[in-house]
Amino acid sequence: MATFSDLSSRLTDSLKNLRGKGKLSPADVDGTVREIRRALLDADVSLDVVKDFTGRVRERALGDDVSKALNPAQQVVQIVNDELVTILGGEQRRLEFAKKPPTVIMLAGLQGAGKTTLAGKLAKYLAKDKHTPLLVACDLQRPNAVNQLQVVGEKAGVAVFAPEPGNGVGDPVKVAKQSIKYAQDKVYDVVIIDTAGRLGVDAELMKQASDIRKATDPDEVLFVIDAMIGQDAIATAKAFQEGVDFTGVVLSKLDGDARGGAALSVVSSTGRPILFASTGESLDEFEPFYPDRMASRILDLGDILTLIEQAQEAFDADEATKMAEKFKTDTFTLNDFLSQMQQLKKMGSLKNMMGMLPGAGKMKDQLDNFDEKEITRTEAIIQSMTPAERDNTKLLNGSRRLRIAKGSGMTVTDVNALVNRFEQAAKMMKTVAKGGVPQVPGMGQMAGLAHGKGRSAAPAKKKGSKSGNPAKRAAENAGLAVAASGSGGASGAGFGLGAGKPGGPTPEELDALQKFLGKG
Amino acid sequence: MASKWSLGAKLKGMFGRATIDDETWDDLESTLLSADFGPDVADQVIAQMRDMVAKSGVTDSADVVRLLRELLEERLARFDTTLKLSERPAVILVVGVNGVGKTTTIGKLARFISSAGRSVVVGAADTFRAAAVDQLATWAERAGVEVVRPQSDGQDPASVAFQTVEFAKNNGTDIVIVDTAGRLQTKSGLMDELSKIRRVIEKQVPVSEVLLVLDATTGQNGLAQAEAFLEHAGVTGLVLTKLDGSAKGGFVLAVQERTGIPVKLVGTGEGLGDLSGFNPVSFAAQLVE
Repeated sequence: MATFSDLSSRLTDSLKNLRGKGKLSPADVDGTVREIRRALLDADVSLDVVKDFTGRVRERALGDDVSKALNPAQQVVQIVNDELVTILGGEQRRLEFAKKPPTVIMLAGLQGAGKTTLAGKLAKYLAKDKHTPLLVACDLQRPNAVNQLQVVGEKAGVAVFAPEPGNGVGDPVKVAKQSIKYAQDKVYDVVIIDTAGRLGVDAELMKQASDIRKATDPDEVLFVIDAMIGQDAIATAKAFQEGVDFTGVVLSKLDGDARGGAALSVVSSTGRPILFASTGESLDEFEPFYPDRMASRILDLGDILTLIEQAQEAFDADEATKMAEKFKTDTFTLNDFLSQMQQLKKMGSLKNMMGMLPGAGKMKDQLDNFDEKEITRTEAIIQSMTPAERDNTKLLNGSRRLRIAKGSGMTVTDVNALVNRFEQAAKMMKTVAKGGVPQVPGMGQMAGLAHGKGRSAAPAKKKGSKSGNPAKRAAENAGLAVAASGSGGASGAGFGLGAGKPGGPTPEELDALQKFLGKG
Repeated sequence: MASKWSLGAKLKGMFGRATIDDETWDDLESTLLSADFGPDVADQVIAQMRDMVAKSGVTDSADVVRLLRELLEERLARFDTTLKLSERPAVILVVGVNGVGKTTTIGKLARFISSAGRSVVVGAADTFRAAAVDQLATWAERAGVEVVRPQSDGQDPASVAFQTVEFAKNNGTDIVIVDTAGRLQTKSGLMDELSKIRRVIEKQVPVSEVLLVLDATTGQNGLAQAEAFLEHAGVTGLVLTKLDGSAKGGFVLAVQERTGIPVKLVGTGEGLGDLSGFNPVSFAAQLVE
């Protein structure tokens, strides 16, 4: 089965040609969009949704609000991720409770979607939350569905209303209606109605579901859909929307390895939010739906970031080798510092990259404080120096510093600060290149950095994270990407960033980075 | 209400023009993708179709639909769809992920076989899922066949399977059908359990068929399921269920070709009689109609 890693290699090839171009032409965008289209289809996103979605991505990519720092493919991929998260998370909300109990929740979906198990999970979850749920057996059709719900209810420790034996005996609509009264009488504050699985094309059963709905006036109708469903997701979702209508979606069997493109299809085509994710057969395997995790899963984001990291090549293999040599032989100059800054800037600005990581939302504040203009100012100062001055900071006497300050529109204090920072960085990198652990101002000792043996190897291509969790892998790879300028071991130590610490840079690290840039 | 879409109707619409152009091929691709063929297979089929159309020089929509049907038929028919049940007792192990229709299929299959004059016993080796044993027992009753239940709650599935085979041997029952719990192929412990169930059965008698039940609504994950179950349980045949819905099950073409496992049975409803042998001609026709 084609996976996103196939996409990675295809994109890497096309990226080699694109590197270095700053503008987006339709040709640039179309190539990447075609690849994304294929990846989405492989992920089972419905064709119409794919067409729609890639159309919007293309439009946005060709529009004005495009980052000049990322190369075209990266920009497109970033937009894709953004759009996915936006759509998937769009109408996110919590379960709606009735003002006057009982709250009625009706479950609907295809056969085998996982409704009955979900009913148990929901009940258990609500019970833990101090509610008194009542499970109602309205699947009177599937052999022993009533028994199944009873066993589930027992496991969840909640009551089950099952006046009819099922197996073809009893009227689900009547039972549903009765259950409301029963709940009121016995003071249950939530009623969870399990219904029979039914096909979207089954007019009779769709009518029955609609009748159940009319009889009970639910506060929530949850459409349960299997994460492994393919192109049929859209037809089925629409059928249920027309036949019964639902207020929210639950995606089940997410513990499998289906990419789950159905999530995008359903939300996109019905506008209803996905409220929960069912992640296993046990009654505890139930959680709120996380749009960014789903986006990662559909696109296999870990691969994307690896791809970006490779493609970014903020430095050539040669550059890195040279850099490592310089640290070892103490010939790291302001020129090199400048080029490191420029790499950092080229790397799509930390902000954009970080923004792509699942969970980046939490780092948004730190990211907003991170000012790329600092890098530009530093660049300006260095560029006002002569080559000789850049090679040897010892030349920088008062009058030179004044000239530099004037030339770059900064003050002598700024110039002094930069030179100090640079000299500290050079010293630190030399220490690391020789295998020691550097003292990073503002950070104290950093554990885990002692492996900087000044390897002259290029940033190893196979250094990608091996974590199975796509979000974690993405974070680790981003950390590695940012850190990979410079020596083989000390990874970006010059900017106070930990060597690829899992989870990406911490707020402390970002602070240290800002200090280096003269902001903190 | 969802309606079963018609590839043929779409094709007729698009091929109604005098020429076959790029847009035509785009439309064909769309319709293949919508049937869950998957991008790879869709590409292949289109390449083949282009070839065939070029060689035969057709421009008529009806002809193109026919060509496509023939192409699909040919590819689908390369496999042997017969159930190999000559052993005595002949053991059929039914496997698959959760919710695909294993138990219902067993009910139908038991009825199908016993109507053909053979005696059947079913084994309720799904000792995990709530009320699964009861569910199978209900189907056994409807089909008029014997059922072997676990002796204790949560009994080891392999031992229930063993006991079912034992029953068949002691009573001269022709066919044994063993139900197993649904399991996602990502759960290695559960996949190992399946291997064990098979091994334990084979202590008494070779397993004649391992049927993997696949839901027609499955997307590209169907291929991953087939590969994993093949590896752990040695699947010999596929059952494609829920074909009475709007899904076409096009992924089955890739599964057959990549794994070599033939589709042997198709399920078309929740009723006892809603099972038939796989017929590539009618399957291709329903894909294309």
